[in-house]
Amino acid sequence: MRRIISVLLENEPGALSRVVGLFSQRNYNIETLTVAPTEDETLSRLTVTTTGSDKVIEQITKQLNKLIEVVKLVDLTEGSHIERELMLVKLKATGSQRAEIKRTVDIFRGQIVDVTSSVYTVQLAGASEKLDGFIQAVGTSGVLEVVRSGVSGIARGEKVLSL
Amino acid sequence: MELLSGADMLIRSLQDEGIEYIYGYPGGAALHIYDALFRQDKVKHILVRHEQAAVHMADGYARATGLPGTVLVTSGPGATNTITGIATAFMDSIPMVVLCGQVASTLIGEDAFQETDMIGVSRPVVKHNLSVRHPEEIPEIVRKAYYIASTGRPGPVVVDIPKDMTTPNERYEYVFPKKVKLRSYNPAIRGHAGQIKKAVDMLMAAKRPIIYAGGGVILGKATDQLTELVRMLGYPITNTLMGIGCYPASDTQHIGWLGMHGTYESNMAMHHSDLILCVGARFDDRVTNATEKFCPGARIVHIDIDPASISKTIDADVPIVGPVDAVLTEMITLVKESKEKPDADAIAAWWKQIEEWRAFHGMRYETSPDVIKPQEVVEALWKLTNGEAFVTSDVGQHQMFAAQYYKFDKPNRWINSGGLGTMGFGLPAAMGVKLNFPDDEVLCITGEGSIQMNIQELSTCSQYDIPVKIINLNNQALGMVKQWQDMNYESRHSQSYMESLPDFIKLAEAYGHVGVRIDRKEDLVPKLKEVLAMKDRLVFVDIYVDRFEHVYPMQVARGSMKDMWLSKTERV
Repeated sequence: MRRIISVLLENEPGALSRVVGLFSQRNYNIETLTVAPTEDETLSRLTVTTTGSDKVIEQITKQLNKLIEVVKLVDLTEGSHIERELMLVKLKATGSQRAEIKRTVDIFRGQIVDVTSSVYTVQLAGASEKLDGFIQAVGTSGVLEVVRSGVSGIARGEKVLSL
Repeated sequence: MELLSGADMLIRSLQDEGIEYIYGYPGGAALHIYDALFRQDKVKHILVRHEQAAVHMADGYARATGLPGTVLVTSGPGATNTITGIATAFMDSIPMVVLCGQVASTLIGEDAFQETDMIGVSRPVVKHNLSVRHPEEIPEIVRKAYYIASTGRPGPVVVDIPKDMTTPNERYEYVFPKKVKLRSYNPAIRGHAGQIKKAVDMLMAAKRPIIYAGGGVILGKATDQLTELVRMLGYPITNTLMGIGCYPASDTQHIGWLGMHGTYESNMAMHHSDLILCVGARFDDRVTNATEKFCPGARIVHIDIDPASISKTIDADVPIVGPVDAVLTEMITLVKESKEKPDADAIAAWWKQIEEWRAFHGMRYETSPDVIKPQEVVEALWKLTNGEAFVTSDVGQHQMFAAQYYKFDKPNRWINSGGLGTMGFGLPAAMGVKLNFPDDEVLCITGEGSIQMNIQELSTCSQYDIPVKIINLNNQALGMVKQWQDMNYESRHSQSYMESLPDFIKLAEAYGHVGVRIDRKEDLVPKLKEVLAMKDRLVFVDIYVDRFEHVYPMQVARGSMKDMWLSKTERV
């Protein structure tokens, strides 16, 4: 099952490599990984999506917690949560395609953020499935380049992951 | 206000940390530190002949004393040579701090002479590693390193020190922190009371209970508590290879160690038990055999300081995260207060069954009128040293024979590389022990394969007068490899011969030691007596043993715990 694990990490050199190293060392999967500093400059927030049986996920969270620089973590998929991923896509856009793409972008609540005579650059945010859906809708033949940020997530309601 | 250079701060911090011995080897990036070491006399440095041996020495010291060991090496090859030693300590959760020189911070990343990314290289085999970025941080980093290494589940910590952090002419205020606090590191200090209560209730209700104890009991200094609880309950106890000595082996409640080469009775008792109380062990693959066939009727209580050890390979019914001493102390109190008592009839029947298993096999081997059996050598040593020696070993058949036939009644006396299985560990580990226990007998039981992996340390022994006794069970082959080839590869002995062995006697003498060869059975005991009487000499005892002996019992691969070979021809 796919899980989103959110981690508060000491914002120190080498901390990220420990997390990434742990996954390869113990043969765990990383599907996406995002990391950036938080409002507290001593902390980074890292979100990793992974798949595995409950037993594997339990080991992943325990092993992550053992890393000295991991301050706290939560498996967001255990509760109700919001997940978002940002995607930038360059699409071939000439002739009648231009209007069609524009309509599709609107349906997916995306934005065209850059335009040339033959290319649209589209920005789209949402759950990963929605981004997959957009690519499917426009068709891979017209896609020139895709950049995805990886998943960021946060719990719904009053639950917070903080010190 | 005291102003010190980074190098002086480092050595001063070691003094303030109470470090007596460090083991190491100098080199360019560590020279400022070695100069600071020269200008003081509190911290004593032992110069090894290869950095790997320095780590094993520190490791032997740590295992025998329960205190963290310390290593000092230079950058590049000095640092990378420590990796096998660090991985050895990591697998067995041994507290240790390894101080590595590094090229100047201005050169890092430029492929400078003797530059290696030691933080990156060591990362998978350390509990943590730390890099010095400013000389003023040194005292705090040293404090943190020892704190992390020796608390919670212990382990090795590497400190990487760029050369410009130790420059002699830059001085800073020296303050040694009394305490360190890490917001992200808080090892458990006690177990969950409700879980402990549940565990005690299960212990009282069990019909076929067994206590399965591991190295965590020794590392957690909980052997007294374990012994008290086990005696109070009257239940059988087995332990892992790493747990040897956590409960007196000569006591009748002790049914030997378990797993791949464990006793018949302990493996049978585990398989047929209805309750396993696991204390500070980790259900390692050399214990469980095939996990899906593991102890089908048993419920499992698992006590460990490391939550990640619990339910990793075998699911626990009652997990208890906490230090074993504190948890066992609470259990003892609850057992004393408990209205329920163990079911005397069921326990008596269980013991009857175990005694039948013990009588069926126990530990036995066939003797021969003319060939020396390796097991005989270990038994003779056990008797001659009254079971009180420190015994280090290397890896292979001799290691298993030593563990099987030397009965340890005390903890911290059996010193071997259980997790990583590092050949070359035995001699330097014995040296680390002997330096700190000069009045005790320290034996390194080894084989002619393993001993050659760190034989250069005979030179260090000459320099510092370290009179360990090296017991070389010489079967002229890599015995364990050969045994597996006999059992699984139709005796095709691929690369398992040690052809052109050196003359170990001359070799020992070349380093200024005594060499004794034993190849006749009748000489064994008298000559061993002579060897042990040479208190102040290192003696290399080269003993020609049966070349065809196998280690038994041996679990059948991919079977359950009860599936074992008991000899070359008996399989149960």
